[in-house]
Amino acid sequence: MTPRYLLKRLGQALLTFFVTITVSFGLYQAMPGGPTEAMKSVILSQSGSTGMDIDRLNTLIQLYTNVNPDQPVHVQYLNYVRDVVLYQDLGRSFFKNEKVTTLILQRLPWSMFISLYAFALGYSLSIILGVLTAYKEKSRFDSGVSSVVIALNSIPYYIVGVVLIYFLAIEQSYFPVGGRIGSGVPVGYNPDFMISLVKHAALPAISMGVLATSAALSMRGNAIRILGEDYVRVAQLRGLRDTRIATQYLGHNAILPMYTQFMIGIAGVFSSAVIVEEVFSYPGMGLLMFEAVKTQDYPLLMGTLIVFTAISLTAIFVADLTYSLIDPRISVDES
Amino acid sequence: MSNPESDTFDLQNLYDESSDHEPESRKVRLKRAIDLNALAPARVASDDWRALLGGAILAVFVLMGTVGVALVDKPTSGDAPVLAAPFQALAYPFGTDVFGQPIHAQLIHATPGIFKMIFAGAVVSVGFAAVVGVLSGFKHGERIDTILMTFTDVVITIPGLPLIIVITAIFQPENPYLVGVFLGIDNWPGLARTVRSQVLSIREESYVEASEIMGIPLSTILRRDILSQLMPYVMINGAITSRRIIFESVGLYFLGILPFTTFNWGVMMNLAYEGNALTRPEMLHWMVFPMLCIFLLSFSLVLLSQGLDSLFNVRLRARHANTTKKDASHTSQSD
Repeated sequence: MTPRYLLKRLGQALLTFFVTITVSFGLYQAMPGGPTEAMKSVILSQSGSTGMDIDRLNTLIQLYTNVNPDQPVHVQYLNYVRDVVLYQDLGRSFFKNEKVTTLILQRLPWSMFISLYAFALGYSLSIILGVLTAYKEKSRFDSGVSSVVIALNSIPYYIVGVVLIYFLAIEQSYFPVGGRIGSGVPVGYNPDFMISLVKHAALPAISMGVLATSAALSMRGNAIRILGEDYVRVAQLRGLRDTRIATQYLGHNAILPMYTQFMIGIAGVFSSAVIVEEVFSYPGMGLLMFEAVKTQDYPLLMGTLIVFTAISLTAIFVADLTYSLIDPRISVDES
Repeated sequence: MSNPESDTFDLQNLYDESSDHEPESRKVRLKRAIDLNALAPARVASDDWRALLGGAILAVFVLMGTVGVALVDKPTSGDAPVLAAPFQALAYPFGTDVFGQPIHAQLIHATPGIFKMIFAGAVVSVGFAAVVGVLSGFKHGERIDTILMTFTDVVITIPGLPLIIVITAIFQPENPYLVGVFLGIDNWPGLARTVRSQVLSIREESYVEASEIMGIPLSTILRRDILSQLMPYVMINGAITSRRIIFESVGLYFLGILPFTTFNWGVMMNLAYEGNALTRPEMLHWMVFPMLCIFLLSFSLVLLSQGLDSLFNVRLRARHANTTKKDASHTSQSD
């Protein structure tokens, strides 16, 4: 891994972050009637009073959104970026009347938990299935698994969630219908709490994990290509065990080209939390965003967008770093 | 080359004349183009069950959205008894919802909107991706390539779903075409990168190099050599993009983030889900039939893209060309 490559990646992440902040600021400006008008109606309907002088209103808007409509646009923008970057100040929520960052930080770990759960589940399964189907190409096992993967790819993950709720939570009650932990379970490091935690997260994680199963098909494609390579044939001629060929020769070399897919996959799984958390009423960041949409809580909405981006960027950056450790080719052919 | 204009013309003529075959008439060329671009794929497609089945299901939905809309009346409240069970009466084969609207009529009247969304989204994202990809592939190494690819990478890494949710929450698009365009925002960057890498690899081919040395204008090279090779990718990705747009639009309607203006499968699911259809068996069909529609439509698109892939993917085709005969006799093939 060259320092230049690292710097390039870091720069790209920072640039993306700034673009997102700019988009968020731009959306404040682009709101129907402009930010002042849009906020004014919301604030007035919140406070219940009709008579409020314009200065006080502007102060309120600045407090909530970090955008002061009095100033020229470029000053507004610079102040907005400064507040987000330097002070991690994303404004205040209209409805909960609390700092957006506080609200998000309370929910964030829960979303990360189910996303990582889903990511690990989905990708490890699809890597294993991809290699196995390639190795047994054209067998009944291959066509069976491939058909199931194609069918799974045709079902939106939220529908998988609904179906899981119906069969595993309502009909059979193996799993809870929603929420994070069972009621009356003492919080702390005790087995009951842990089991409840995992059980509540299982169904959301499985339904998000469905997103990752499409990787099985590209894994299969990569592995099939590698099967034709000379070194695999040499390994077969040397009489190496099938398992060793499958894991070390096929698996290892076929995972590497999936680099980009993983990176985008992390972000994809994480942001799917918005829909999944609403379906499972799992109070994470996604549900927070959903509530913000429903209540037209714009500062909270923009705040969740910025944090979603920041998390995805961090995840991708970390994946980048670790990836070039696994695959020496990455740092070489990256131009 | 003092006068490139005449030089290129002469060289092109020379090239055409010096080839073994005699110059063909327009008719012959047209016939060959049709054979190459339509008949040959159709022939291979008829071998591929995935393309056939996918095409057939898609055709049913197209019929639903065109003929079906004309045949079946737009449902209104009180058309039929409330919450009739499915498969009981001919007038409402799929049963009715809590407002007494027949389910099948709602499903049918939702299809035109879905197709409008898919059309707008696919055209915008595939078109944009093709332009960006071809341009930056051809200007490889120049500043415009760097700028375009940085932009693409930025959009790739911004989490798509949260961004779309914020945008739709603020602008509340009601027109299906507009919804499609918004949903297309995060669908183009992946394809743009694929197109670019394709252009890069085609550029390296000896025949393109030869054309360049001969001084054939760039636009001709683009049209003749590059675009014809790119069409398969564009088509396959059009199908994949369409599936994503269905997933996202139905998901956003299901969550209730997009305004309910027309019939939509997601709206039906939302109303059923909010009415606790999962725990009330008499309401379950209200939820199940739209889910089936989404599944079938996206299943057809996935099958189609898979089938097209085996048609167009030269590597796969070459690999399987000599195995198709063996398949018939069911000999197990090994590499």
